[in-house]
Amino acid sequence: MAFDYDKYLRPGKLPHIWCPGCGHGIVMKGMIRAIDTLGLKKENTAIVSGIGCASRLPGYMDCCTLHTAHGRAAAFATGVKMARPEMTVLLVGGDGDGTAIGGNHFIHACRRNIDMTYIIMNNNIYGMTGGQFSPCTPTGAKASTTPYGNPDPAFDVAKLAIGAGATFVARGTAYHANQIDKLITEAIQHKGFSVVEILDDCPTTYGRRNKFKSVIEMMNRLKDIAVPVKAAEKMTPEQLQGKVLTGILYKEDKPEYCEQYAKVIERAQGGAK
Amino acid sequence: MEKKLPTIEIIEKYCKGCHICVEFCPTKVLEMQGFVAAVKNLEACIKCMQCELRCPDFAIKVKP
Ligand SMILES: Cc1ncc(C[n+]2csc(CCOP(=O)(O)OP(=O)(O)O)c2C)c(N)n1
Ligand code: SF4
Ligand code: SF4
Ligand code: SF4
Ligand SMILES: [Mg+2]
Repeated sequence: MAFDYDKYLRPGKLPHIWCPGCGHGIVMKGMIRAIDTLGLKKENTAIVSGIGCASRLPGYMDCCTLHTAHGRAAAFATGVKMARPEMTVLLVGGDGDGTAIGGNHFIHACRRNIDMTYIIMNNNIYGMTGGQFSPCTPTGAKASTTPYGNPDPAFDVAKLAIGAGATFVARGTAYHANQIDKLITEAIQHKGFSVVEILDDCPTTYGRRNKFKSVIEMMNRLKDIAVPVKAAEKMTPEQLQGKVLTGILYKEDKPEYCEQYAKVIERAQGGAK
Repeated sequence: MEKKLPTIEIIEKYCKGCHICVEFCPTKVLEMQGFVAAVKNLEACIKCMQCELRCPDFAIKVKP
């Protein structure tokens, strides 16, 4: 049977605003399939975003949604989760939103290990505003603000998340569409702060400037650079040059923030010492 | 026994003509007709669902 996405979408919102071949739509579909797999209820699922093309995602979803300020999705989502810990809270956004203006919120949400899932669509650029470089733009790449090539090294979002304390970290790509829902499903099931980085494409502001002739070339790049963690174990460092690992990269059990905070309340009210 | 053919529905008003479904169909079932995707060779479809999974625009539905 064809999958019924309409069930989870606000009626009359399609076609969405994303450009032809933009991977954000592929990620949204993966997220919907994960919601469906877990049987999450709309009234019990909050989807929170900042600003950017990727951050437009909640507007299409027939769930509890919150489109907030640039880079601040984690702060708003923390408020939602603290007030309603029984809700499933999903954060969505782009690489610019999450690692530039929102970098601080991102690392501290990781550190706190609050139980939510952050889906970061990394297209290596500020798509919405016309292609300025982001902290995830590769060295040497062209952006509207680096016409002679970007001198900065890029963040490894997954390593950043692990270093900051996230307890579940996974990576997929927009090309590997059938893996996206599986990663998000596991991320939601994990109790703690889960980060799912999806390597994505922005043909409009990144592809054009960086000699990708088409959406297909961008998709083929994602196909070629991705190496599943299991396969990587059997590969030499030379073979892994220029590749990125995909799958579940890190998982650990640690005390979760809402539960820890509930204990603080209990102590303050003179309960358990 | 004759094999059952799938139904492939392409919602033209959603299709943005990105070529993803056409390019990555393993058996070359689809083609571009002007700016939208279209079914060229339904017989060849192996019902892998990859086109439906990858279409960024919710424009393809495959009923196996
Ligand atoms: C406080 C503030 N600063 C700057 C902007 C302008 N702005 C809007 S979206 C964006 C970057 C979005 O990039 P990213 O998060 O990677 O999303 P994409 O568009 O690539 O999906 C910027 C800088 C803003 N809206 N608010
Ligand atoms: S500008 Fe880039 S990120 Fe934004 S919708 Fe277009 S392709 Fe996607
Ligand atoms: S289901 Fe698979 S074989 Fe059939 S048209 Fe789609 S991609 Fe091609
Ligand atoms: S993948 Fe979707 S939007 Fe792209 S050409 Fe095919 S049907 Fe159209
Ligand atoms: Mg971006």
